[in-house]
Amino acid sequence: MKRLRSLLITWEALLVVLLLISIGVGATRSPYFLSGFNFYALTSNIMEIAIMALPMTLIIIAGEIDLSVASTLGLTSVVLGLLWSRGYPMWLAIGVALLIGIVAGCLNGFLVTKLALPSLVVTIGTLALYRGLAYVVLGDQAVSSFPSAFTNFGFGTIGSSEIPWSGLIFAILLILFVVVLHFSRLGRQLYAIGNNKEAARFSGINVSRVKLLLFILSGGIAALAGVIFTARFSSARPDNAVGFELVVVTVVLLGGVNIFGGRGSLLGVALAIFIVAILQNVLGLLNISGDIQSLAIGLLLILSVLGPNVARRIQVVITRRRLVAGSS
Amino acid sequence: MKMTTTSHEVESAKQRNHMGLARLPGLVSRVRELGLLAVLFFIILVVSVQAPRFLSIDNFVQILLSVAIIAIVAVGETLVVLTRNVDLSVGSMVGITAFVTAYFFQQIPNTNILVGILLGCVLGLALGSINGLIVSLGRVPAIVATLGTLYVYRGLLFVIGSNTTTQVNASDVPPGYLALATTQILGIPALILIAAVIAIIAAYFLHASKSGRQLYAVGSNPAAADMIGIRRNRLVFAAFAASGLLAGLAGVLWGARFATVGATAATGLELQVIAAVVVGGVNIFGGSGTILGAVLGAIVLGTLQNALNILNISQFWLQASYGAAIIGAVVLDAIITRWVQRTILARRKKV
Amino acid sequence: MAKPADPIIELRGIAKQFGGVQALRGVDIRLFPGEVQALVGENGAGKSTLVKILAGIHKPDAGVMKMGGELVELRSPTQAQALGIAVVYQEPMLFPDLNIAENIFMGRHPRDRFGRVNWKRMYREVDQLLESLDVALSSRTPVQGLSVAEQQMVEIAKALSLQARVLVLDEPTAALSSHEVEELFAIVKQLRERGVAILFVSHRLEEVFRIADRVTVFRDGTHIITAPISEINTEEMIKHMVGRELSRLFPKGEAEIGEVALEVRHLTRAGVFADVNFQLRRGEILGFAGLVGAGRTEVARVLFGIDRAEGGEIWLKGKKVRIRSPQEAMDYGIAYVPEDRHLQGLVMNFSIATNITLPILQKVSRLGLVDPRKEQKIAAEHSRQLSIRSTGVEQLVNALSGGNQQKVVLSKWLATNPSVLILDEPTRGIDVGAKAEVHRIISDLAARGLAIILISSELPEVLAMADQVLVLHEGRVTGAFARSEATQERVMFAATGQDR
Repeated sequence: MKRLRSLLITWEALLVVLLLISIGVGATRSPYFLSGFNFYALTSNIMEIAIMALPMTLIIIAGEIDLSVASTLGLTSVVLGLLWSRGYPMWLAIGVALLIGIVAGCLNGFLVTKLALPSLVVTIGTLALYRGLAYVVLGDQAVSSFPSAFTNFGFGTIGSSEIPWSGLIFAILLILFVVVLHFSRLGRQLYAIGNNKEAARFSGINVSRVKLLLFILSGGIAALAGVIFTARFSSARPDNAVGFELVVVTVVLLGGVNIFGGRGSLLGVALAIFIVAILQNVLGLLNISGDIQSLAIGLLLILSVLGPNVARRIQVVITRRRLVAGSS
Repeated sequence: MKMTTTSHEVESAKQRNHMGLARLPGLVSRVRELGLLAVLFFIILVVSVQAPRFLSIDNFVQILLSVAIIAIVAVGETLVVLTRNVDLSVGSMVGITAFVTAYFFQQIPNTNILVGILLGCVLGLALGSINGLIVSLGRVPAIVATLGTLYVYRGLLFVIGSNTTTQVNASDVPPGYLALATTQILGIPALILIAAVIAIIAAYFLHASKSGRQLYAVGSNPAAADMIGIRRNRLVFAAFAASGLLAGLAGVLWGARFATVGATAATGLELQVIAAVVVGGVNIFGGSGTILGAVLGAIVLGTLQNALNILNISQFWLQASYGAAIIGAVVLDAIITRWVQRTILARRKKV
Repeated sequence: MAKPADPIIELRGIAKQFGGVQALRGVDIRLFPGEVQALVGENGAGKSTLVKILAGIHKPDAGVMKMGGELVELRSPTQAQALGIAVVYQEPMLFPDLNIAENIFMGRHPRDRFGRVNWKRMYREVDQLLESLDVALSSRTPVQGLSVAEQQMVEIAKALSLQARVLVLDEPTAALSSHEVEELFAIVKQLRERGVAILFVSHRLEEVFRIADRVTVFRDGTHIITAPISEINTEEMIKHMVGRELSRLFPKGEAEIGEVALEVRHLTRAGVFADVNFQLRRGEILGFAGLVGAGRTEVARVLFGIDRAEGGEIWLKGKKVRIRSPQEAMDYGIAYVPEDRHLQGLVMNFSIATNITLPILQKVSRLGLVDPRKEQKIAAEHSRQLSIRSTGVEQLVNALSGGNQQKVVLSKWLATNPSVLILDEPTRGIDVGAKAEVHRIISDLAARGLAIILISSELPEVLAMADQVLVLHEGRVTGAFARSEATQERVMFAATGQDR
């Protein structure tokens, strides 16, 4: 078992190396890469994904998945825009948007826990449903005039630093999530559920309630990401953040979280977030379009699961050979 | 034999079986297809009362035309889902083959149409085989693998597009290619006929071939399939390869039908396809479902789309309805399964 | 019955070890055409291991297998099938979505000259097959929805269509009603007429006497006796089955018997167990004896709030309670050490400390945060009390031996400070030394005033430890003995459903 733990450590060490390499590549490929403004651009660009990756990490560790996060983001974004354009105060619009995110998460959680449906199928369905509802709400229109306080929050920075406000939100959330996952009772229960649902149940853990909570959390956080996204682009459109679920899942798996649950850390995920951010940024600086960038992200997703699988199989073959050699 | 089991006992066993629910699941699957037909007629009835022009032959042909390509892809998806997997990359595969085929015809307009069709099919087959390899050999869960390739294939398409042309227009390709979508045979559009032929071939394969039956076995109980020596990996690979092949063919037809093909062609198609398959009663956990069901599922969704159109209801409801259809179908399946299990359990307890 | 000279299958010196446990220690068995040979023995005697070896699932560590006089080696289930060995399990392995005919012919469908599946022929053949077995089912019936008995019939029909010469029935009647047993026996007799060699593995001695021509008894992985059924009676058979060593066990020490801690009245869960009554006092150990599937674990699951009872009452310390979840059970002071350590007891890649504190996270947390120092302290205390051998409480449990793992599970539940402790097979799969240690711990706990339910399939263990013994058979209490009255024979008689 020690081997496995050291494997995890190497995975995170690998991520650090990967991070340094990507910074190196970025710095040599583009003179703008190391500029303060580029740091701002790079960070603010990934923050919605980074924030959504936090509850996704918890969900995947507990052995489930939520593919509907980007659609929830889109839905809450247009609800926010619609309410504002209809003259409601901003605080109310944001409040309703967050509430809708929570309701969306609730529906996912209800279907997964009460009806015992696989989260994979449920959230593919709600991926389509929530995105569809976003189109129903706003059609092909967009709301793009928001109050300056709101948009300043979207693309302004904290004081004279190069840190976007969303970066601050992420930092606070990251600390909260690290505390919850790695130091709290709930976090311990999550790992137990992901490792062995039956043993968790026999230990008096209410598995359904914990999972329901996770999906609600995921929906609420996706709504928060929706608010940030809307403010950053000063635009509420039904196709906001289409396909972001891919990036979110990718950073979590690349961060070393096991797709079957039970293993992973937020340290790895945080590293992966910055690796992906730099990757996107460098590709962007090299004038490679977003659609082609997702090719790289897709590859990264497959490799982050395929890689360890292949490594493990090679390891098995090697040990078997050694055993055979030893016994003969 | 007769010495111990009295005819009375056999009789009572027979009776139990008739009264009992032994045939129920079979019934349920048939109920699904009949139910879909009922839903279809209900839609037709309601809509044609509101808008009589819905009820024209012309309109039905329109519906079938819009369904044909999705149905072809849904056939491939059915093969994959039967094995307890899923292929999310079909939309990207259709897009890439559509673009590549159209571009090929644009560059070499004088080639035989068949060469282009073959090119698209081979490309689809190759992409599907990659999916199959990642899932069967690489042991990557199908959802992760094909979510990844969904974006990889789409990204590839953008790479190709950025190196060639952003869009192939109808005027750039030989009319022979476009004719694939417009030709009529005996008054029926070729597109519909092609889809029908493919559905029939696939249904026949599933019904009458050894491998077809083994696909059901693999999805129904993988452990039991291993026990009797079925080569599970090989079948899963083949299902993904077939899904790719059919997506490739669908891409060729897509290019012919829409004539103008850009890098975003067929984006999001996977949701329609999965909705059709799930609504058509193919069990998302594998092991049960029919091609007829999947095709009926596609037709129901296509009719719904057409009805929205005719009733002047915003097309923006469409995607939401796909999502609702997926959720509704799995919820319904779960409830029915629970009910069946409970009745079976109750029956056992009584015995 | 005239016995031809040559056996169809002959096994010699078959041995198999799992981890540190020797399941089979060199057994011999021979099956002749046209005979029903019963294989009996207590739980853990090695019967299922032998069945799995015959099925090609396990490979024996030692020994030879001959079929028709020729040496064979079973490398896979498919190979066993090809050699004509068919195994029908208690829970058949079928394809629920497919119909009976396909389940029988999957992978070898009859085909026409174009290679197409010949459904007509398949249905016809299967219908004939089912009819020849007097099974009133249609070949087109989907398997999903068949009862276990009907599924077994499908497996038997499949064996016949494979021209199996050896048919192994592994506890086939465990989940069957008496009526269904009759139907099964009729078919077994018919197969015997056809010259099939049948190995009938069963707990139910009265059935063995009804159906078998010869009987073989296993005990502790060794072959004890094979005798014609006419030359042996129930008493002798039970004597061969039990008679295990008692010397290494640690009998229960003195404990003060206190007030009633738990009382169960008419507890019933439909189709699982019915009308279970008992009283358990502090300091007392109540042994649950019975064969696998008798309903002992099922009673425990209800007491721990995992399943619900449909009838009856549970009284704790004189108060009637309703237990709806494990959490509630724990709040009432009930702890349950489940039978499957790996699946239910432990999170294998958690450390000793995190496993021990899993049910009491509340106790080691402050404001929802786990206090690592407190956690370590509590874990270290319990670890020391049960002398868990490890490099420290941070060690992962999957690096521990079976006995130490079991001690971690025990610690985990003792940490909840229970008043009623249910132990389900607490010594299964651990070595002799660790067993004695676990027995000493159980005895100490009783002396400390805990009320203990001990579920065990090892009779000597129950007899050495328990103050009273409750015997279950097919979900009903068939015997209740005080310590002084309980003997191996008496308990075994009750456990096998014999009337005395």
